This record gives sequence, C-alpha cells and structure tokens, in this order.
Amino acid sequence: MSAPGVNASGLATSGEGPLLQVRDLTVEFRGQTGRVAAVNGVSFDVRPGETLALVGESGSGKSVTSLAIMRLIGKAGGTRIGGQILLRRRNGATVDLLAASDPEIREIRGTEIAMVFQEPMTSLNPVHTIGAQVAEGIVFHRRISRRAALAEAVELLDLVGIPEPRRRIDSFPHQLSGGMRQRAMIAVALACKPGLLIADEPTTALDVTIQAQILELMQRLQRQTGMSIVFITHNLGVVAEVADRVLVMYAGRIVEQAPVVPLFGQPLMPYTQGLLRSVPRLDMAGGVHEELHAIPGNVPDPTAMPPGCAFHPRCAHFQPTVCDGAVPALEAADPDHSVRCARWREVSRRVPASQPVPA
Amino acid sequence: MTADTAIAAHGGQTLRRSTRYRTLRRFTRHRLAMFGLVVILLLVLACAVGPSLVPFDQFQLNMRARFREPFAGAHLLGTDELGRDMLARLLMAGRISLTIGFCAMVIAVTVGTVVGTVAGFYGGAIGTVLMRFVDAVLCFPTIFLLLTLAALVSPGIVTITLIIALTAWMEVARVVQGQIRALRERDFAVAAEAMGAPDRWIMFKELLPNAVAPIVVAATLIIARAILLESYVSYLGYGIQPPVASWGNMLEKAQQYLTTAPWLALLPGLMITLAVSSFNFLGDGLRDALDPRSELS
Repeated sequence: MSAPGVNASGLATSGEGPLLQVRDLTVEFRGQTGRVAAVNGVSFDVRPGETLALVGESGSGKSVTSLAIMRLIGKAGGTRIGGQILLRRRNGATVDLLAASDPEIREIRGTEIAMVFQEPMTSLNPVHTIGAQVAEGIVFHRRISRRAALAEAVELLDLVGIPEPRRRIDSFPHQLSGGMRQRAMIAVALACKPGLLIADEPTTALDVTIQAQILELMQRLQRQTGMSIVFITHNLGVVAEVADRVLVMYAGRIVEQAPVVPLFGQPLMPYTQGLLRSVPRLDMAGGVHEELHAIPGNVPDPTAMPPGCAFHPRCAHFQPTVCDGAVPALEAADPDHSVRCARWREVSRRVPASQPVPA
Repeated sequence: MTADTAIAAHGGQTLRRSTRYRTLRRFTRHRLAMFGLVVILLLVLACAVGPSLVPFDQFQLNMRARFREPFAGAHLLGTDELGRDMLARLLMAGRISLTIGFCAMVIAVTVGTVVGTVAGFYGGAIGTVLMRFVDAVLCFPTIFLLLTLAALVSPGIVTITLIIALTAWMEVARVVQGQIRALRERDFAVAAEAMGAPDRWIMFKELLPNAVAPIVVAATLIIARAILLESYVSYLGYGIQPPVASWGNMLEKAQQYLTTAPWLALLPGLMITLAVSSFNFLGDGLRDALDPRSELS
C-alpha cells in the first residue's frame, strides 16, 4: 500500500519473482441452461509486498477468483475449474494450488494464504470466544499447547488494535462491535503470518469511520509484515487509498490492469472510465447539483453473454462489428497497463477524470 | 476508539446476560415444563435412594401377605400376587426403566449426531447414502422392528437398551443433518476452512456446538419414548425378564388381576405415564425456550 514508486524500488531490491501467478483461470458453474463461466481466462500476478485491488461490480467474478485461490469452490454440482494458480511457497517450491493435494492445501491455508471476509458479523463462530478463534489457526499449524497459542492470541489482538486484549480473549463475538469484530477477524487471518492476505470487501459492511480505521490497520500490518494483499472491492475510493495495482473485472474477464496512478489518471477502458465518473467528488464542475454519472444498463446475464465485448451494450463508444464481433484481446497499452477494448486508442484520446477523493 | 469499545463491551455483556436470562425465563414460565422437571427430579431421587428406605426387599416373597391393598398396613402401596412389596418393586423397576431410557438416549443421540453431522457436512454421495439409509430404517414400523429384534436376541437390560437405541437414532440424525447442512454454508465455517481447519474440526468444533439446542430437545423426547418402548416390549414379554422388575413387566403380570387387585396395574401404569409425560413436557418447554425465533431481537 506504499506509493507505486516506492513499491517499484522495493521490488527491484528484493529481486524476487511474483508470489502468486494466476494463469488462465476459468471457473464454470452448471446452471439450469448449461455451463456458465463466472471467471473466464483470468491471468494476473501478485508481487511480494504489494496490494493488488480487484475491482468490479457484483457478478464480475472477483469473489469467485479469490475463492478459487483459496480453493474454497466446491467441485460438487458440475463446477469446473481450469487454468493454474501458482504459489511460490516459503520453502521456495512453486505449487499449483488447483492441482495440489488436500493435505497440502490445508497446510497452505492460514499459513501462506489467509482470508478476511466481508461480514464480520457472520465470519466469526458465535459459540467460541475470540481468543479461542484466534488461537485455533495457530493450533492447526504448529504443535504448541493451547496455553501458548492463547498467549499468542493476546499479542495478535493487541497488534490489530483491540484494547485490553487480555480481557477480550474471553469475549464472544456478539460482545464486540462490527469494527472490533473485523479487527478480530484480521487477527485470526494473521495468526500464522501468511505471505498473502486475501481481503474480500473487508470494509463494505462497516461504518465509514470504521472503514478508514480498518484500512489504516491493514496498511500498518502490511508495512510490519511485508505481506501481499489482494483487496477485493467495488469501492474506488478504497482502491485509491490502498492499492498499488488495480485489476478491473467485468463479466468474468479482466478488462483493464494498471498501477493505481495511471489507472485513475488515464483509464483506457470505457467501463473503467464510467466507474471513475460514477464516484462522487468534491470538485465536480456543477457543484452539488451536477448529476452523478451512471453507467446505463446492467451487468449482463452470465447465461446470455452478449457477443464480442461483454460491455458493448452499455458502452458509449460502441461501434457495430468492431465491438460485437470477437472478444477483444487484453492488449498492452504500456508495459504495465493492459486493456481489453477494441477501440481503446480512439477512446483514450478523450479522457476525463482525475483521481477521486478517497472515501 | 476506546470509548467505542467500552460501549460495545458494555452493550455486549448486557445483551448476553439478557439473552440467557430471557431463555431461562421462557423456560421457567413454561408451567408444564417446570412440572415435568420437578417430577423427573423427584422420580430420579426416589428411585436412587428410595429402595434403601423401604423396609422390604423387592424380591422378598410373603405368601401370607398377598394382594394387600395400598395405604392399609405395613406395605404402603400394598403387595402383589406373591406378597412382594409394591413400593420396593416400583422403585427398583424405576431404576431399570429410567436407566434404560437414559442409556438408550445417550446411544441414540451419539449415533444420530455422528451420522447426521457427517451426512450434513459432506452432502453429495456420502450424505445421500447415509440419509437414504436413515430413511430405510425409518420405514420399518418401530414396534415391529423392536419386537423382531427382541425375539431374536436374548432379552436383558443391555440388549433392550441397544435395541431401543437402534430404533430411535434416526430422528436425531435427520434433525442434525438439516442443521449442519444449513450451518456449513455460513461464513464462519468457510472462514475456518480458509484457516486450514481439517474437516473433523469444522464438523465437531465449529458446526455441532451451534446445533446443540435441537439435539437437547430431541434427547428429552427420546428418553420419554425409550421408557415407553421398554414398557411395550416388557409388557409383551420380550423385555426385562421377571423376577427383575420393570414398569412394563409389572403391568403384564398385573393384567390377570385387573378386577380383583387393580392397584397392581394402576401403580406401574401411573409411573410410566408420569415419567413419559414429564419428559415430553420438559422437551416441549426446552424447545420453546431455546427457539431463537421466539426471541424478540
């Protein structure tokens, strides 16, 4: 969550390759009318120590992507998962998470990749104390006594800014406020010091003031531990605040990928541009009376995808045959900046938008 | 932040105390349940210490004191056709009937919970096979199954307990399976899995504790049914064998003296009715008290 420049230099000094490489990930569910691709040929890297934001509307495939990385998508009901998810493990070996054995996955979950969920109200078990739940992960992965694990739980609760951690380990989830619960959830996720934290809309269910505290906490923890974060959100204000790089997803595909500054300053894909213009800003030209931009239409029904670019029915730059012919390829407009749009060269000439005011 | 936490903590504690308090109050306000609880406690106490206070042994025959009427003379509840003290026999029979009821419940709940949890957690092929097996066992009429089994194996306390448990676990399995299936989709189950928890941990440490309430209710109802079933089987002569007394076989012996010495049938009948309905009342009360839907939140 450092500025991209600092991050780049950090990468140069560490000289390591990506921590996680997702290659051509495809997740298909069986629907009533046939197979439905929730994620379609998604490829991206997560570099050590960076924060990668996955942005998109509901149904864009961002949460399914994160669940696929954790291998938490059941194979039942005809679900098909294709592609590769390569994780560089602590011991240096590279493992394909989609092909790894169940025991290996269990070993990786929690210790190398951990996850924070959207709803702190429901992601903690109501019948166990906070301390027991934080200690749990430690007990799974290291052969230490419950007592020692609880002592570590106290430290973890202290680390995530829960006051009086020694007393709080005996609290039940319903005795904590939403923000405190999300802190506890983060403590659970961090218990085994994972190299990669997947945060699935961790602030969406919280009040705005608490959101800022949680974001600040995650940034501090990232500085302290050097972990990578995949941050899933639909809130562009949050993205501007935390992300080093941004992946914009639409209808199961990546439509634009760039470091945060170019993405906000020079969005190339009409969908990204629309998203940025639909964020309220204090410097809007028409003052409070200016109408907020809305992208017309809805996310396409996954069972009836439009031909060609999935965004074309909603796009202001739509041109017949160019846009509704073949699915456009993800082109590199810049070494760091790729875009999936048949007309991005023409579209990008008329670019608006400065950085939105962070929420 | 500190202020926020303090308020949260305070609010939480009040909430928790009041939730428990309200559950307790719903239970204590349930008159039949309280009646059931008191009767059960008295029955257990009487059967546990009572026999040592009664000045007669349950097996002690006295041919000169047959068919003594209750509340008249040395034998408080009279004597039976062999001159044995009814009170001593009723209390000793109570020990047997209540023990069988309790043990059958423990076995049935354990088996049912394990089967239901595994079936609910895995779903798919494992779950389908297990639940179809439960359905298949449920298809047999309980009494028929019970009598067939009792006729095949030699009757005794242990075998009767096992047989009754065998016909009672399916209900628990169904209840637990439904609960676990709903719970495993909850975020905290996914979160535990995402922390690398093994399946067994998720099933028994994360999910099962959230399904305790319906299991407790089912358990009380199973005790009631087990006592009743033991009486049936013993009444039909396949259960506890004389001279050892159970409420069921006392009833069986009594039927030929129904007109001349009705207390021989009435007393064990009354005990069965009391015990069974008390456990049923207790179960109903627990169900109402533990049902979160009756909670105004």
